Amino acid sequence: MKNVYENEMKLEFLSKSSNESFARITVAAFASQLDPSLEEIADIKTAVSEAVTNCIIHGYEEKEGIIKIKCRLFANSIEIEISDNGKGIEDIEKARQVLYTSKSELERSGMGFTIMESFMDEVKVESVLGVGTKVTMKKMIKVSDGIEEMEVKL
Amino acid sequence: MKVEYKKKDKLLILKITEEIDHHSCEKIKKRADYEIEIHIPKKVVFDFSNVNFMDSSGIGMIIGRYKLAKMFGGEMELINVKPSIKKILEMSGILKLISIEETGGSEFEKCI
Ligand SMILES: Nc1ncnc2c1ncn2[C@@H]1O[C@H](COP(=O)(O)OP(=O)(O)OP(=O)(O)O)[C@@H](O)[C@H]1O
Ligand SMILES: [Mg+2]
Repeated sequence: MKNVYENEMKLEFLSKSSNESFARITVAAFASQLDPSLEEIADIKTAVSEAVTNCIIHGYEEKEGIIKIKCRLFANSIEIEISDNGKGIEDIEKARQVLYTSKSELERSGMGFTIMESFMDEVKVESVLGVGTKVTMKKMIKVSDGIEEMEVKL
Repeated sequence: MKVEYKKKDKLLILKITEEIDHHSCEKIKKRADYEIEIHIPKKVVFDFSNVNFMDSSGIGMIIGRYKLAKMFGGEMELINVKPSIKKILEMSGILKLISIEETGGSEFEKCI
């Protein structure tokens, strides 16, 4: 069985922009248990920064709220769930389109979801208007020592 | 941010010395706009040698400063960009408007 749950952490913090670096560094530190490459760590940091920044700018529109992160490590993958209880997304498909932004007056470029999708292996977006938004991302972490792990059937 | 202005060449060099995200961008934007407005440079160079992280906030920040510089007739160049950041710049398509100079041969080098 590959998907044996191995480790988990939860994080909750205020939607302040000064917490953006705290959030990405904390998730990266937790992910380092999987011994990822520097590039994989950079990808994770960027994706987390995108999702957390979206909660602050779009979800809570720079007002105070709570952002939650749940992070799970598996044998060779990481799953990161980032959620807010903010205003929600009306049209998720449109929001995910490259260069789509609802806040061009704030010099946003509409690249956030595109970056998350290209840096992670899976990105799921769930949202309910007036209730909040949850982004779940998965990334495979390659085993770095070159020795292939034996698949043990339980 | 470290600012240097080469009057002779009307070259404004903005060396960013922190990670670029939504939080840090506000400060960077204000300072960069101020410097561009007082100098009206022919070229704005963002030096990324001390930048180890940038997310999409940086793309908006760069495009905004590019528009301002262009309004005053100037151009823009990015130097010493790390591969992880180049990946994001390439994805955004802004490299069609703004050039990345690898170290060596850039105006910045010639000036030092
Ligand atoms: N947590 C959220 N709550 C509400 N709306 C969201 C949330 N995340 C994203 N959105 C919506 O989806 C759009 C696209 O998000 P995306 O991150 O791709 O671009 P952006 O944030 O507008 O710009 P950039 O990320 O390039 O600065 C946003 O403009 C916003 O309308
Ligand atoms: Mg975004």
